[in-house]
Amino acid sequence: MDLMTKITIFVLAVFVGFEVISKVPTTLHTPLMSQTNAIHGIVMLGGLIVVGYADDGLEYAIGAIAIAFGAINIVGGFMVTDRMLGMFSKKPKPKPEADGKGGGR
Amino acid sequence: MSSVLAVLEPGGEAATALYIVAFSLFIIGIKQGTHPTTAKRGNLIAAFGMAIAVITTLLLDGIGNWGVMIGALLVGSAIGMVASIRVQMTEMPQMVALYNGVGGGAVALIAWSEIRHGISHGDGMPLEILIPVLFAAVVGSVSFWGSNIAFAKLQDLIPTKPLAVPGQQVINALLLIGIVAACTVTAINHDDPSQGLFIAILLAAALLGNLVVLPIGGADMPVVISLLNAFTGLSAAAAGFALDNVALIVAGTLVGSSGTILTLEMATAMNRSVANILFAGFGGAPSGGGGGTGEERPHVSIGAQDAAIKLAYADTVTIVPGYGLAVAQAQHAIKEVADALEQRGVTVNYAIHPVAGRMPGHMNVLLAEADVPYEQLKEMEEINPEMPRTDVAVVVGANDVTNPAAKNDPDSPIAGMPIIEVSEANEVIVIKRSLSPGFAGIDNDLFYEPNTSMLFADAKQAAADIAAEIANL
Repeated sequence: MDLMTKITIFVLAVFVGFEVISKVPTTLHTPLMSQTNAIHGIVMLGGLIVVGYADDGLEYAIGAIAIAFGAINIVGGFMVTDRMLGMFSKKPKPKPEADGKGGGR
Repeated sequence: MSSVLAVLEPGGEAATALYIVAFSLFIIGIKQGTHPTTAKRGNLIAAFGMAIAVITTLLLDGIGNWGVMIGALLVGSAIGMVASIRVQMTEMPQMVALYNGVGGGAVALIAWSEIRHGISHGDGMPLEILIPVLFAAVVGSVSFWGSNIAFAKLQDLIPTKPLAVPGQQVINALLLIGIVAACTVTAINHDDPSQGLFIAILLAAALLGNLVVLPIGGADMPVVISLLNAFTGLSAAAAGFALDNVALIVAGTLVGSSGTILTLEMATAMNRSVANILFAGFGGAPSGGGGGTGEERPHVSIGAQDAAIKLAYADTVTIVPGYGLAVAQAQHAIKEVADALEQRGVTVNYAIHPVAGRMPGHMNVLLAEADVPYEQLKEMEEINPEMPRTDVAVVVGANDVTNPAAKNDPDSPIAGMPIIEVSEANEVIVIKRSLSPGFAGIDNDLFYEPNTSMLFADAKQAAADIAAEIANL
């Protein structure tokens, strides 16, 4: 890809990001932040490319840590978002005391 | 080098087409994430897009070293999975901070590896690659360390109060100038970039990330996390420029721009500007009578039985939940109090401050967990005009968001912050463990007003006691 193509894509994506997010109820701010947080875990692809074409030991190590970090970001991010949003889904009937853990601190 | 699975030419049509599918799913996912009914599906759609992007990359021609790749992927996935299952709802904000941090760390590491690659192949790096790499390195490193500090503050590993260092702004400015200068030198020498200088840049950016976030008080942390989230997105986009990867460019940029909007919305909700948060700290030096240690001010203290009586014979009760409710896991117990009151014909509402809990929307999540009906959750603008007609306002573990000083005292560090105007209610019951100041580190005048009664207890225990007392009436 030549540079100007990349810049074109970048600028269009900036506007898509602005448009897609406007008018969000406060309730959804935290889940939405968490979801976009998971999406930037896509940097893991960079780690895969680094390791996939690595040719020295340190490069393996750097790339492997980057992959692990990215995977934490992706898997953790989407799962936590799913848990948060699960709280909003309609429950059939109020089940008694869902959380069982009690305690607190 | 060869792998039976490697079928897609890097940058080729098939790989690019799959990346386009992936980022389209991200856009749809985010869009659906803005509506309550579709949000959960939106998240799954985005996750599906991510799976497509990852699998596409694994299938690129020439990609090898499967053991390391899959191993690291499994380790990271397992950590992310366990952490997100174990984390309590109350700890979500710091979890998001941590995930954001590792994302930033990954970007910085990838940038480092790209520089090493450029150097070891001897032919230097073209500026259109080197500049995004430097950007990714600096922003990724700032984001990694800044997020870790944010996590440590929210997790109470380090003091949440603003830590003021003299000459802070000057040090930060000098660091930033140094980083830009070192980047410029590296760019000028792009035929033979120095790895030593690059590592110095990474370290300086790390220091900057620490210094920028350390002085910020815990109350402003949600905005900071959101801002760092947007930063990490932009740095991921920069990595995409360097790696010629369209999925990275689009996804990173989307997060960068949407994250910026979210950040501004959060800051607006707190009546603070982002610049103010980053460069002023919260309240700076706790001057004058702010500290509140030692000085005894008169207040009224009551027990659960008195509270139950006040509540049971009221017509309208407004519950103002705060982070203390979340910490004590008291949302279910509070719901029981509300149920008991409603059975007696009392009208019960919940007043939700935009930043109740530690992030916008956090409190809604917690109350939804306790099956509180959505209609009873009132936003601040909606409930404040009702306050003078409210018989009893019950403040559960909320502090700064109810402090009338924000309205009455122009010298207060939180002056101008929108508050739930509980002091307008006929009576106020504050359930709290002590008179200690909240996140902003300042005393709450509400506790000492004549119509305020303090119920010193753990929120969960207090709510259970009150519910029991109401049943006895």
